[in-house]
Amino acid sequence: MKQIERLGANVIARLKALGRSSLMLWNVFASVPRLKNFPLFIKQMYVLGVQSLPIILVAGLFIGMVMALQSYTVLVDYGAEASLGPFVALSLLRELGPVVTALLFAGRAGSALTAEIGLMKATEQLSSLEMMAVDPIKRIIAPRLLAGIVSMPMLALLFSVVGIIGGYLVGVDWLGVDSGSYWSVMQSTVSWQQDVLNGCIKSIVFAFIVTYVAVFKGYDCLPTSEGISQATTQTVVYSSLLVLGLDFILTALMFGLE
Amino acid sequence: MKNTKTLEVAVGLFTLITILAVVFLSLKVVNAGLQGETNTYLLHAKFDNIGGLKSRSAIKIGGVTVGRVTAITVDPVDYTPVVTLAISDMYKELPDTTSVSILTSGLLGEQYIGLQPGFLIDESDVLVDGDFIEDTKSALVLEDLIGQFLFSQGD
Repeated sequence: MKQIERLGANVIARLKALGRSSLMLWNVFASVPRLKNFPLFIKQMYVLGVQSLPIILVAGLFIGMVMALQSYTVLVDYGAEASLGPFVALSLLRELGPVVTALLFAGRAGSALTAEIGLMKATEQLSSLEMMAVDPIKRIIAPRLLAGIVSMPMLALLFSVVGIIGGYLVGVDWLGVDSGSYWSVMQSTVSWQQDVLNGCIKSIVFAFIVTYVAVFKGYDCLPTSEGISQATTQTVVYSSLLVLGLDFILTALMFGLE
Repeated sequence: MKNTKTLEVAVGLFTLITILAVVFLSLKVVNAGLQGETNTYLLHAKFDNIGGLKSRSAIKIGGVTVGRVTAITVDPVDYTPVVTLAISDMYKELPDTTSVSILTSGLLGEQYIGLQPGFLIDESDVLVDGDFIEDTKSALVLEDLIGQFLFSQGD
């Protein structure tokens, strides 16, 4: 009996959280067209986008380089090292670009967002904003959510491009794959709609998920030091799992039914 | 906290390099040529078996890409595959004795269409838009070859 009661309480708590998060989302999008808050959006683009650039670019470069190195050793056995270019480009544009960027973004920017908003809540800054008749949703939550949704696809694109260049450095400059065939086979294989556009759609979805989870976990956390640390952990765990799970579904929808 | 101007410059630079990345992708990585820009004319060819040929596969003369496969359909009357070839207008005067075959690049590579231009006997005997190429050689299907080999071993 007690276990059933606990299960019920658990489900109700989760449903309530879902309801609160949807309400928050609704309020955010109901408050979008306000140009007065544009400087806040720019500030968040800087914090979330520009400051994530170093980790994204370095990670992209190394992942491209490692992929070129690993796939070369297999491809060269079949005399197919000309396929190195499309191999690197396709895996980056379709999968690794959006997914790894989302995971890094959740660790680098998502956790920071949760901690920041959680601390604002714990020190009652959100309540004092409300006291001054400033809606914290419009002033704190909306610019962060929107900046995250805009900046992460940009980061994912840069990740893929840097990875392709990294693959070029290792494949062509080090391992001696022909430079012309690296690019031309890539060009004949990669298609704009099928690969680039689908990758962009993926990263927009992931950006929404990661920032949404981060912002809501901060907004909804227990206003104690323990609550903030828990919420930060949950942000990284939940958004990573959601990204990986959704990636499978999106891949199945986009590429599975060819 | 940094002042607003520095922030705006940084975000502007961020946007700029993203746009550069998109330009890089569309110029260097994605194939934008041959189909959209240059004019093409269409030829058709009937095969017994097209193997692994796909639309967008390359069409080559002596290894040089001159066009792409645009469509693969099955003839509704005699149920043989019909491949539609879009060939660049630069190679317009192909004689009608041209033969076409499905080849494979490397042992395990992509399949493509090879054109072997024949001799031009009469000036009027060139292939024009919509013509069928008569002389076709089907794809080499490895399974069939193995099957034939095993069958001949049984005798």
